[in-house]
Amino acid sequence: MIELDNVSYGHGGTALFSQLSLTLAPGSFQFLTGPSGAGKTTLLRLCYADLQAQRGKVRLFGQDAHTLDRDAVAMSRRRIGVVHQDCQFLDHLSVAENIALPLIVADRVSEASENLKELLTWVGLSKQSGQCPPELSGGERQRAALARAVIMSPDVIIADEPTGNVDWEMSQRLLALLVELNRMGKTVLIATHDLAMIRSLKSDVDARILRLKDEQLTSAGAVL
Amino acid sequence: MKLLLDLIIGDPQADRVVPPTGLTARLTIFVAAVMAFLAVIALALSMSAGRVADRWADELAQAATLRLPADTDSLQKALQILETTPGVASAHALTADEQEALLTPWFGTEIPLDSLPIPQLIEVIADDPPYDPAGLQARFDAEIPGAVFDDHGDWRDPLLAAAARVRLIGWLVILLIAACVAAMITLAAQASLAANVQVIRVLRLVGARDVYIARAFVRRFTLRAGAGAIAGVVMGVIVVQILPDGGGFFAEIGFSGVGWMWPVLIPLLAAGVAFFATRAAAMTRLKEQT
Repeated sequence: MIELDNVSYGHGGTALFSQLSLTLAPGSFQFLTGPSGAGKTTLLRLCYADLQAQRGKVRLFGQDAHTLDRDAVAMSRRRIGVVHQDCQFLDHLSVAENIALPLIVADRVSEASENLKELLTWVGLSKQSGQCPPELSGGERQRAALARAVIMSPDVIIADEPTGNVDWEMSQRLLALLVELNRMGKTVLIATHDLAMIRSLKSDVDARILRLKDEQLTSAGAVL
Repeated sequence: MKLLLDLIIGDPQADRVVPPTGLTARLTIFVAAVMAFLAVIALALSMSAGRVADRWADELAQAATLRLPADTDSLQKALQILETTPGVASAHALTADEQEALLTPWFGTEIPLDSLPIPQLIEVIADDPPYDPAGLQARFDAEIPGAVFDDHGDWRDPLLAAAARVRLIGWLVILLIAACVAAMITLAAQASLAANVQVIRVLRLVGARDVYIARAFVRRFTLRAGAGAIAGVVMGVIVVQILPDGGGFFAEIGFSGVGWMWPVLIPLLAAGVAFFATRAAAMTRLKEQT
């Protein structure tokens, strides 16, 4: 699905990581951990071509990200659902419209109504569907972000701290959704600090834990 | 056709992804209205100049004047020549009263014109096909020395040239107005794109193609320019229609017949200019924001 091959990236003269390789195989479930500032978000952004690798190759669905034009990048992103740490909503649109945004921009608006209602119920935002994002709490925003990431039924789901602002019960529900999607064959990559959350999934999913530290990506060893 | 329908009907959902920007919207409509108003006035002046020039050209081309020296008695001979010349529809010797009426504006009514050596004038009306003026002048030179055949070319040609220049200036003004609309729309579109960097970023992150993002801006500016231009055209046409009838050229200012097509086309042209200007600005900006 997504491959990073000897990728290096840094900014301001400081390398975040060098010669890093990562493969997100179809149907895999991976956690990305590491200290703050290690480059987890940057690594995720490389995975959905929001950044270009300074060295090495990033392949999205078999295609070199460097050779993709803007339209091809857009088409690739329709196959990748992303939960951003800062959610990235359009504040003038309602929650429902924000969640349906990937379908709207893909001219698949007709599919929105059926999927949307179900998703809003699932993430517990039915009552807030007409509100605008600034009116939501942090947890509600993250639930809406997750709903938006999965509404297109993407091949790959990338989540950057998806449970950072939600309570334990809601984080378990959100993770259960991700696990369910993984069982349906979706590839999942989650960046998180929350080791308790990782442990809580031990019995539910066969996940790999990757640790980003000192410019390198290492396997944390244990497969949950 | 599909593009036009898409533009007019649009996609309400797609439209909403870009937040409305009040100031640029109002400015775009205002400038489009002002430019359309000026275009209507320029068109009216240009087309009126054209009509006046055409009418003068027609009138002057049909009529000519034969001037016989005052001290000759060759009127009958001149009329005979003219009646037998192919291409002459009629020849009318001006009566003393008619000649006096022509001279009164310059000499007044108090001067005894009878005592002055006034040349005899004959008004010659051309047939279709007309006579050959050079050949006619050559014949008068031979048969009535001193007779001057004036086909009004000395008057008509500079007038036609001036009218053609006025018409050209009119179209040039319209081209400049179109260029101004394009420049203004480009600036407004760029300002709107710059103000919506975050919106564009989010749209891209969820898989929007450039053409989708551009379309939201293009449709908005095209419709604004079109709406503003309609208002400007309506105002312009009203002003042209209520212009005081000062006679002469001023009586001609306005539209007639197929000329009405142009004010109708102005909003479409403004919308077309806005469409291409916004699209170019949006695609350039989106490329820069990669």
